[in-house]
Amino acid sequence: MNRDTTAETLLEARDLHTWFELRQWGFLRAGHVRAVDGVNFALRRGEAVAFVGESGCGKSSLARTLLGLHRPTRGEVVFEGGHLEALDKRGLKTYRARVGYVQQDPYGALPPFMDVGRILSEPLIIHGVRDRETRQARVRAALEEVRLTPAESYLSKFPHQLSGGQQQRVVIARALVLEPSMIIADEPVSMLDASVRVEILRLLRNIQVERGLTLAFITHDLSTVRHFAERIFVMYGGRIVEQAEVNELLDHPQHPYTQALLAAIPDPDPDNADREHAVPGGEPPSLANPPPGCRFHPRCPEAMAGLCDRDEPPDFEPRPVHLSACWLHR
Amino acid sequence: MRRWLEGLKQLRRYPSAVLGMLLILFLVGLSVYTVVAIPYSQALDLWRGGDHWRMHPVNASPVWADRLRGGDLPETQIISSDEVTARVQEFPGGRRLQIPLGFDYQSSAFPSELNLFLRVHDTERPPFVRFIWQAPDGSEQVIGGRRVARDERVSISQDWGLERRLGHVPHVGLMMDPGSGNPSQPEVLTGIHTMLLDVVMFDEAGSVSADLVVYGRVHGIAGTDHQRRDLMVALMWGTPVALAFGLIAAVGTTVTTLVIAAMGVWFRGWVDATIQRLTEVNMILPMLPILVMVGTLYSTSIWLMLGVVVALGIFSAGIKMYRAMLLPIREAPYIEAAKAYGAGDARIILRYMVPRVLPVLIPTFVTLIPTFVFLEASLAVLGLGDPVLPTWGKVLNDAQEQSALYNGFYYWVVSPAALLMLTGLGFAMLGFALDRVFNPRLRSL
Amino acid sequence: MTQPALLRVENLRLAYRTGRGVVRAVDGVDFDLRRGEALVLLGESGCGKSSLAKALLRLLPRNVQAHEGRVWLDDTDILALPEERFRRDVQWLRISMVMQAAMNALNPVVRVGEQVAEPLMVHRGWSRAKAMERAAEVFALVGVSTDFLGRYPFELSGGMRQRVVLAMSLVTEPDLVILDEPTSALDVLTQAGIMNVLKRIKRELNTSFILITHDVSTSSEIADRVALMYAGQIVELADARHFFTEPAHPYSQMLMASVPRLHQPDPPQHIPGQPPDLLDPPAGCRYAPRCPKRFGRCDEMPDSITVGERHHVRCWLHGAGP
Repeated sequence: MNRDTTAETLLEARDLHTWFELRQWGFLRAGHVRAVDGVNFALRRGEAVAFVGESGCGKSSLARTLLGLHRPTRGEVVFEGGHLEALDKRGLKTYRARVGYVQQDPYGALPPFMDVGRILSEPLIIHGVRDRETRQARVRAALEEVRLTPAESYLSKFPHQLSGGQQQRVVIARALVLEPSMIIADEPVSMLDASVRVEILRLLRNIQVERGLTLAFITHDLSTVRHFAERIFVMYGGRIVEQAEVNELLDHPQHPYTQALLAAIPDPDPDNADREHAVPGGEPPSLANPPPGCRFHPRCPEAMAGLCDRDEPPDFEPRPVHLSACWLHR
Repeated sequence: MRRWLEGLKQLRRYPSAVLGMLLILFLVGLSVYTVVAIPYSQALDLWRGGDHWRMHPVNASPVWADRLRGGDLPETQIISSDEVTARVQEFPGGRRLQIPLGFDYQSSAFPSELNLFLRVHDTERPPFVRFIWQAPDGSEQVIGGRRVARDERVSISQDWGLERRLGHVPHVGLMMDPGSGNPSQPEVLTGIHTMLLDVVMFDEAGSVSADLVVYGRVHGIAGTDHQRRDLMVALMWGTPVALAFGLIAAVGTTVTTLVIAAMGVWFRGWVDATIQRLTEVNMILPMLPILVMVGTLYSTSIWLMLGVVVALGIFSAGIKMYRAMLLPIREAPYIEAAKAYGAGDARIILRYMVPRVLPVLIPTFVTLIPTFVFLEASLAVLGLGDPVLPTWGKVLNDAQEQSALYNGFYYWVVSPAALLMLTGLGFAMLGFALDRVFNPRLRSL
Repeated sequence: MTQPALLRVENLRLAYRTGRGVVRAVDGVDFDLRRGEALVLLGESGCGKSSLAKALLRLLPRNVQAHEGRVWLDDTDILALPEERFRRDVQWLRISMVMQAAMNALNPVVRVGEQVAEPLMVHRGWSRAKAMERAAEVFALVGVSTDFLGRYPFELSGGMRQRVVLAMSLVTEPDLVILDEPTSALDVLTQAGIMNVLKRIKRELNTSFILITHDVSTSSEIADRVALMYAGQIVELADARHFFTEPAHPYSQMLMASVPRLHQPDPPQHIPGQPPDLLDPPAGCRYAPRCPKRFGRCDEMPDSITVGERHHVRCWLHGAGP
């Protein structure tokens, strides 16, 4: 299945920072929102990874940085050997054809005034596929790939005439139509009905495997991750706090934050009603003014005074190929 | 495209929209007919006035206005010598012609004027003409006689001597019933009146032709103005001018305004700031005085006015409105998606942002058309109308200058005003209905 | 076990007129709820679960075509009450509701403490001081520090706002609280915190809850009873224990199989097909077009068949032969 996950690195982020300037009264500089604050990882060609975290952990900003929608403040993104931050306008355009984007809200992601045929042709027109016949053929192929068949019956439909699941398939088809080598899916199913979610995740996963794509899948929902990704990055406060292969991480979570997250997720079980979850108190940190040291220490049940609140923990490797940024593993 | 068709289909559910569309259709039909029937150069020529209109009455009201009131005010009668047989008597060195210009007069009101237009052909020696009025009761009245050199207009109504002799203005004095009781309130003697031209020609070859015009008090559908011009010309030509002005100004301002607003929203930063400041400055500039100044100091050509109106209309309050509508659209996921698949700035603005607000814009745009039509009319009323074009505003301007309402010439004001109102009504009714179709939130369930 | 029901709903129907026809959003719903019990209304979006809550609370839009049935609260049919008496005696005081996304609908210019105290002043006629005292108690109950009483909504995080909204619904000590998707917009940890609060309140105050959600896992957190809705009808109504361990309706079974589970090696299964159009639902069983177990009889509308104690299923598989 995973033909060459051990092989080539497709995308690498080194010490990546994406900060947004905060302004007061429109012009005074009032510091930065550190949405992505020192992130390192490497994605291999053909693997599916998940970035997991709560809202405000910086995972969507990371996705947008990888898509070239935000300029990184510091650090670098290397994609197929080229540096993203060094690309000129043309280079960026070419890069964008190589990376597909699937968004959270399928209805919002589709221009409501275009029909499906037009929506799927747009990327092709932009990237200079002039011949109408070629475009039509590629649009049809993309629709078939996302199982919207017969393709002809969907071409002239408008987004509002489709169900949520169908809309998300169109979004996926649009991400595929330029034949990218990587797809970034930002919460692709969180706005969909429970019964459709599995369908869409499976579709994405199947396409990823068939095409040998790299899939970066951003989610807040750890329970869906096991079957649809191979590796997990857990993010908190703009950083990656834990990363490992999916079963390893879910079965042996190391970081106290990951442990709390997993403990808070219920499986449908009538016994749930009788027990309360151990929920860490407090709120996720403000990215404009993050706590010093480990960002989780104010909420951490095992925080060590004088260490966790002072020094940033480096990545430890408490188990083989399993990184966790926590002083507990010291 | 289908969405638009669906929208149109929905429109049928709104009677006001149907009525509005019928009104607009009527106006458009009238415009097309006008432009074909009275070509532009001809219209300009006619509106310049002069000889075209010499056989039209002055300030005659429309026929229907009188007939609706149950009146029988006379229409203009033209009696041409070509249609009557003249009695010819030859004598040495010349001829005597007796041309009876008879007409049947049945109205109970006197005509507004009597004129005789004489033309002498093929002779160097001016003939002598005597004018004799023969009333239905058999009495005769010699009006006078004179030598007629070439083409000549004999203004019987302005013959002071005759007026003194008759005790009334000639067109009353000649046609009144001498038996009518009160001489200060003369009554018309109905029947066949004849103007007999007794012509003595001092030549064998020449001839004389004549047109007797018994000017009425009502004329046509639209009536006439103080220069005898048929107002129909202006009312008809006013339609295409008004529609074209309104349409071009509305298209020009909305489209450019929208695109500029979208540019500001998309690029943000200094582009947006510049556009906003320009708009704010422009919003406090009063449009009408600027137009008056341009008209006074430069030119009142309608094209110049259109240009100034559009130019001033671009950075208008519309920019603020579109900006407010576009700001959330800028953040729409589909715009982000478009950027992520490589769409450029121009494409995002024109293909992704602008079409999103078009449905909201169409009704606004439709209701904007009459605003500009009114603006054009207002300018004309202020005397800043295009100097050569016949327009509704010009008619109103003339009416105002001639104190039409004071003099009781209501038709002069009412018909152009009614057309303006119909235009406003048609577009407004359609616009409001469109608003309901395209902005379903307004539709009450 | 023979405790009388607090709320008994009989043959409730709600239909809307739309431009395309009549939508039967709630189509013959029966259930009962005992004091201190939590019922979860589970279903996909558009199945009519929110409409059902609105029908109970008589919060109806203008385009209602039909609103009929009986809703007994103790011995009063609250649908038959005059509008004014319903607003005065039942709303807030007996039944309160937390709307979907209510946390984003707090008045931005009024301090949250006052917003929580307001129903007491309006419905109970309490003095401001007394109402604020009570608001402080309820804040403590939902786990919000009383320091927050004087804050404005924008100063609170999403989780805190949701707790404030919850406090608002509890402040009048109603018998029944209806919660429409109370946690779906929140993060996992915040969600878990809110569920903890709900469990504690249910235990301590003996309040009844109707929780509306599309999330099977969340529903298992609090449910004593589960009502699974499909296309305007309750297709299965059972004790939570039965529902989560041995669901009887084919839709319940497939829904349970579609839930991704953290600690399960099998991947979740999806349910093929789409829910029916409520403008024109199938004449027989509404789930039949998607059901793998359908047979001839499914062309007829199944009755609500009792398969166990307080366990009803709308499926012919459980019915006696014709």
